[in-house]
Formats: sequence, structure tokens, C-alpha cells
Amino acid sequence: MRKVVRGFYSVAYAVKLCKPNIICAYPITPQTEIVENLALMYANGELENCKYITAESEFAAASILVGASAAGARTFTATCSQGLILMSEVLFNAAGMRLPIVIVNTNRALSAPLSIWNDLQDSMALRDAGIIQVYVENNQEAHDMVPQAYKIAEDKRVRLPFMICMDGYKLTHAYEPVDLLDQNVVDSFLPPYSPEVYLTTKKPVAFGCYAPPHIYMEFRVAMQRAMERAKEIMEKVFADWAEVSGRNWGGHLEVVYPDSKNFVIAMGSIVGLLRKVVEELRNEGISVGLVKLRTFRPFPVQELRKSLENAEKIIVIDRSVSFGYEGNLSIELKSALYGMSPEVISFILGLGGRDVPKDFLKELVKNAILGKEKSGFKGFKEFEEVIP
Amino acid sequence: MRFFGRGHGACPGCGLAIAVRNILEALEGKCFVVNPTGCLEIISSQYGRNAWGVPYIHPLFDNAAAVACGISEALKVLGREDEGEVVVLAGDGATADIGLTLHGMFDRNHDVIYICLDNEAYQNTGHQQSALTPLGEATTTTPAGKLMLGKIGRKKDMVAIALAHGSPYVATSSAVLPADIRRKVKKAAKIEGAKYIQIHCPCVTGWGIDGKDVVKVGNLAIETALYPIVEFENGKLLTVRKVKERKPVEEYLKIQRRFRHLFTSPEGRKVIEEIQKIADENALRYGIDLKK
Repeated sequence: MRKVVRGFYSVAYAVKLCKPNIICAYPITPQTEIVENLALMYANGELENCKYITAESEFAAASILVGASAAGARTFTATCSQGLILMSEVLFNAAGMRLPIVIVNTNRALSAPLSIWNDLQDSMALRDAGIIQVYVENNQEAHDMVPQAYKIAEDKRVRLPFMICMDGYKLTHAYEPVDLLDQNVVDSFLPPYSPEVYLTTKKPVAFGCYAPPHIYMEFRVAMQRAMERAKEIMEKVFADWAEVSGRNWGGHLEVVYPDSKNFVIAMGSIVGLLRKVVEELRNEGISVGLVKLRTFRPFPVQELRKSLENAEKIIVIDRSVSFGYEGNLSIELKSALYGMSPEVISFILGLGGRDVPKDFLKELVKNAILGKEKSGFKGFKEFEEVIP
Repeated sequence: MRFFGRGHGACPGCGLAIAVRNILEALEGKCFVVNPTGCLEIISSQYGRNAWGVPYIHPLFDNAAAVACGISEALKVLGREDEGEVVVLAGDGATADIGLTLHGMFDRNHDVIYICLDNEAYQNTGHQQSALTPLGEATTTTPAGKLMLGKIGRKKDMVAIALAHGSPYVATSSAVLPADIRRKVKKAAKIEGAKYIQIHCPCVTGWGIDGKDVVKVGNLAIETALYPIVEFENGKLLTVRKVKERKPVEEYLKIQRRFRHLFTSPEGRKVIEEIQKIADENALRYGIDLKK
């Protein structure tokens, strides 16, 4: 059913089709409309075998889902920015207890200064939580990713939380034509959640034991192994999805013009803009390709090395920064390409919703390829800091 | 000891262990235990030495109530409510200090029995003060020194907080009253909604008492009216444990190391007078004195 909908609705509708048992959230801009739509579906009796709970904070929302997930329920929440950071203690814990909670994070900047607008700083801060992170380019991909997220997270070889990252406002509030899935398509793809281990008085188990030094490390290594398995399983699920839905979003990466000399790499909605930039530059005779990174954790090191093995220059578009170092994606990419020798130029731009016009982006990429632009923050005016 | 015990690492005489055993016996093991970080978790949930014969989850220090809400709602949605009660077994710090999510549980009235095992400080980490540490107690973070005489201020009134939220069942008990614990837990299990029970649990190491004196100390807390044993249903005071001849608080204080410093200075004596005032107020408030 093809409809023009806003991003938040495309997510809410997909969540409904996945038949979660417990939805629990706390409103935060620009995520709120996702859970408002789910609350309305709940109020109208459209969510079967489901309870919608408005928690008193994101911390409580995530905690409620920990209990529900451990008891064997399929769970969903959406959040962003301060909400995600407030959840973070619980989410690290959920990953350690191997609970397949699905989260949609509508990427938003972090305070201070307060900003309700988009960048990727929030989800980057949870890089090391043991949560699978996938970044989507548009609202169709966000819609399609929800059933895939459950399928991957709930796979007994994985059992980790799954975070779908979609740009706040830029996607959540954008109207786009979206082919809304049919219930029977989702049903045929995603079986009901029936975990092997859960809290029941019929067969008592303990979750969240404490582990002294002689055994703690084994649990953490097991999480790493689960991430490594997830990398394989995700490829298979992505391929299955292409077959079921007729839409192929690629694997952990999508590479456009793989034979290029120069590449731009980015995550999220800015990839859409870069497609246009790349086309225009190629029309000007510049050899440039595009790498859309979809999966950020587990990080697809081998795939990146293979795709970029003949690259002479790589331009990284970051929308978050590790203060005291550089853009987060840039750090990851350089580490992944260790031993290879392309020139890497990294731009940090668009923080806190700063507009990134196409022509500005095109000039940056072009000048970088021509050797006329250095790495760093772009599209801002330097403050004269007053240090009394 | 089918539901709790084998291999737990509590100190001999630990009030927690007595309380927990009676709670689980009262529920005949038909329960889901949510246990935030604290003494009980440390003595019972080491990997490979799990002492629990019931489904158990230790999430974090600060979120047990919310996790319990999630289990309770999941069991309803999944049609598994008949499997048992959802019970939080939390320490006083996890309840009255860092346990932010207790208020949401009350507010939405989830079907949970929240039990605070009150040993009046963070004991497993070596006796630091919590909001339920009583006036004058020397802890490692409120030590008795030249200027300071231990904890300033009274115990946070969690019973009043639970009542203010409209909790359908609020009660206190003591590890030295096993029959009372069992009766109150059974009663709470029959009532739908967010219940709150606070159980006074003497701590041998933190309080500085002998294991053999646990019952004596626990009883003195009741007999001095420092720990009123009460029960509310739908906000109405239902039962109060009366005392025939109320004892002066000194009798309770002097046999515990945590209060010993109060007896060595005139300022300390003043604190003891303040503590006596708290006991007198409790007695009046709940009608604890049998004679009057």
C-alpha cells in the first residue's frame, strides 16, 4: 500500500505489523510522534496482545522493557538525544543480559547547548554498549528495517538489543512516499518471539548474576562473539528481506560506482544528498563513488577494506565528533583500513541541525578531491571565545 | 529451604535472609523476584552459586521497580499471570535513595509487591548512610567525629510516600516477626496493584551487634516504638503492633556499635533525647502504647 506519510508514521506502522507485546516510551522531540501514533493505535484496539505504557522517564521506559523482555515479551521503544543518554545505563545492562529490545533512535544533538535538531552524537555515545546499530537513509528503509531488526535481534545466535538510527526531523518529519507493508508479508518473514530462556516459574532461571573476575570476561567475550555472528546473520536477513519485500537495500554497505578512484562515505539521510553530489561530479568528469554505511555495529571491516581496496582518496562525512580527536566515523574507518594507504579527508558538518546545502557539500567534496580542502569542521563561524 | 538458601553467603544472624525465606515460603515459591544491587544480590546471585529456586533477575541498582512493572505487564499480555506474583526485594538505599522508578510503579499502580529490606544503610559496601539510616547513626559516610555526631535527620518516611501515592496496601514488619511477614505478604498477594512492605532487617556487621542478639535488637526496635509495625489497606490504618510497656530508646541504642558514640558526650545525649522524641511521636501517631 503506497502512501505519502511522514517518517514517524512509517516507523509506527511497521512496529504495529511486528506485533510487539510491550511498547514503553517517554516522549522526546522529535521521536514523540512515533509513540503518539502507537498510543493512538493502542487506544483504538489495533494492537493485539500488546500493552502500551507511558513511563515516567526514558530510564524507566528502558527498565520496563528489560523486565518485559526477560519475561519473554517482544518489546519496542523509541527515543533520542538526552533520552537515549538517560537510557544508557539500562541499555548497556540489557545488552549484557542479551535482551533483544528494538529501539528506534531519531538522531538528535546532545545538550549543552540544548538543541532539538539533528546530528549523530547521541547514538555514537552508545557505540560500545553491545547494541546493533543500523543507520537508514530514508523513510522506506526505516519502515523496512523494523521487521528485520526483530528478526536479527531475536535470533538465538544473536540476542542483542537493536537500534535503528534515523535522522530526527530530516526523516521523522519528512513526507515521503512509502510502500507500507502488508501484515501477511511481515508475518511470513517474522515468526512470533519464543525465546529459549525467559523468566518463568515453570523452569526458574536467574538473569543478571554477578560475575567475579574468574568468569566476567567470558560473558563479555560471548557478547563479542554474538556481534560477530550477527554480522553474518544480518547479511542473510537483508537478502531474505529483498526477496520478501522486493526491495534490496544492500548489505552492511551499499557501494555506488565501485570502480571509482575517489569515494565519499557517510551514514543516514545525508547519503541521499551525496548521491546527487556524486552524479553531478561524475558529469564533470571526476571519478568519485559513494559508500553508504548501513551497519555501524557490528562494524563491517572486511567489507569496507574490500570495497575501498583501490581507492586513492576517501572523504568521510561525519555528523558527530569525539572531542579531542575527530569525527567518529572517520576514526572507525581509518582503523578499519589500517595498513592500506588511501588518503582520508574527514569533514565534520551539520551539527545540531546546521543546514548542509547540496552545492556546499559538492564544493567540499570536489575541493577535497582536487587537494584544495583539508579535514576539519565545515560550515560554521569560529567563535571568539572569551576566557576571563 | 526450597526457594532460597542453599549456598547463600549471608552473615550468621542476617535479618535479610530470615525475611526473604519467609517471603518466599508465604508465596509458596510462586513468584518472580526482582532484586536490585545490594546485600541480598551479593549473597545470593554469584554466577554458578545461584541460591534462588524461583525465577530471579538482578537488573541495576536503580531500576528494580520499573523492571518489575515490565514483568508484571508482560505476564498479563502473554496470559501467564497465574504463574505467580512479581516481587521486588530491594535494600533501603535502592528504595529510598537511588531507586528512581518506584514512583512510576505507584503512579501507574502495576501489580507488584515491592518489599524494602531495610537494614538502614548500604551494608554490603561497608556501611554507608542511606535515606533510611536513622538519626544519630555513625556510618562511614556520616562518621562520628569532633563536630558531627552521625547521620543528621530522620529516616525518610517511605510508608507516608507509598500512602500518598494511593498504594492499596502498605505495611511494615520485622525480620524478627516471621509470622507477621508471612501474613502480610500473603495478604498483599491477594490485592491487585502496587503494594509496599518495609521490613526491618538487623545487620550484624553494620550495626555492630552479635549474631545471637539479632532477635533482641529487632524486638527492641519495636518495643521502643522506633520501628512501628503497621498495616494500611486503601489508606486506612488496619493494624498496629501494640507494646505493653514501651522501653526507653537507650536500651535499643546502647547495645549497638553504630550508636555508641552518642553516650560519650553531652551533645550525644541531646541526640538520644531527639531519638526518644521520634519514638514518642511514633507511639502517639499509631497508638502503640497498650496502656494509654
